[in-house]
Amino acid sequence: MARVLLFGPLSDLAGWRERTFAPAPATLSQLKAMIARADRALGAAIDAPGVRAAVDRELVAGDIGLADGAEVAFLPPMSGG
Amino acid sequence: MIRLTELPFDPGAELTRFCAGRTASGAIASFVGLARDAGGGATALELEAWPGFTEARIGAIAEAARVRFALHDLVIVHRTGAVAPGEAIVLVLTAAAHRREAFEACDHLMDYLKSRAPFWKKEHGPAGPRWVEPTARDLTDAARWD
Repeated sequence: MARVLLFGPLSDLAGWRERTFAPAPATLSQLKAMIARADRALGAAIDAPGVRAAVDRELVAGDIGLADGAEVAFLPPMSGG
Repeated sequence: MIRLTELPFDPGAELTRFCAGRTASGAIASFVGLARDAGGGATALELEAWPGFTEARIGAIAEAARVRFALHDLVIVHRTGAVAPGEAIVLVLTAAAHRREAFEACDHLMDYLKSRAPFWKKEHGPAGPRWVEPTARDLTDAARWD
C-alpha cells in the first residue's frame, strides 16, 4: 500500500488529509492513476502545474518507483509569510 | 534558529535577544510580516504547515543563505494555525559583519519563505474562506535570487 497525504486546497477538495491506497502502486504515476480513478477532480488537481510531490519526505521531480508502504505527499503551490 | 509556533510571539523581544551579547556582527537586519485585516473577519488567516518537513525545508533555505551571504547568525519564526489581524506571522533576523549582507539575506529569506517554504495559507474574508496562492510578483521576487 501507499500512504497519501494532502495539504492546503487539495485536502479541502478531496475531503480527507490522509488515506492509504492498496494494492501498492509500483510508481508515482500508477499511484496518481489510482487516485484519479477514485476521484477524478482530485486526480486532475494533483497533476496540475505547480503541485509538487514528496516521497518519504523528499521532493521528487517526474516519475519515481515506490516501495511498499511509501508515504507520498502532494503539495500545492506554497504560500508562506 | 528556526521555530514554528501556534502562539503569538513578540518580535521586539526576539530582536533584543538576538542582539544581546553580540560583538562580532556590525549589522542586524529584521523583517516582520503582519496579518492584514482581510475585511472584517474575526480570523484573518489560517496557516497550514507539515510538521517536520516544513522546518527541514526552511532549514535548507536558511543554511544556503547563511553560506551565500556570509551570515553570522539568523532567526526565522513563523506562525502556524489561526493568526488574527495585526499579529506577526513571520520574523526574519539576520546578523552579518556589514549591512549589505544582512539586508540582502533578509530580503532573500523572505522571498523564499513567501513561495518556496511549505506553508498553505487560507484567508477568511467577508466572501468566505479562500486559499491564497503565491502572486506573480512573489514568484518573480524569489526568482531574482536563482
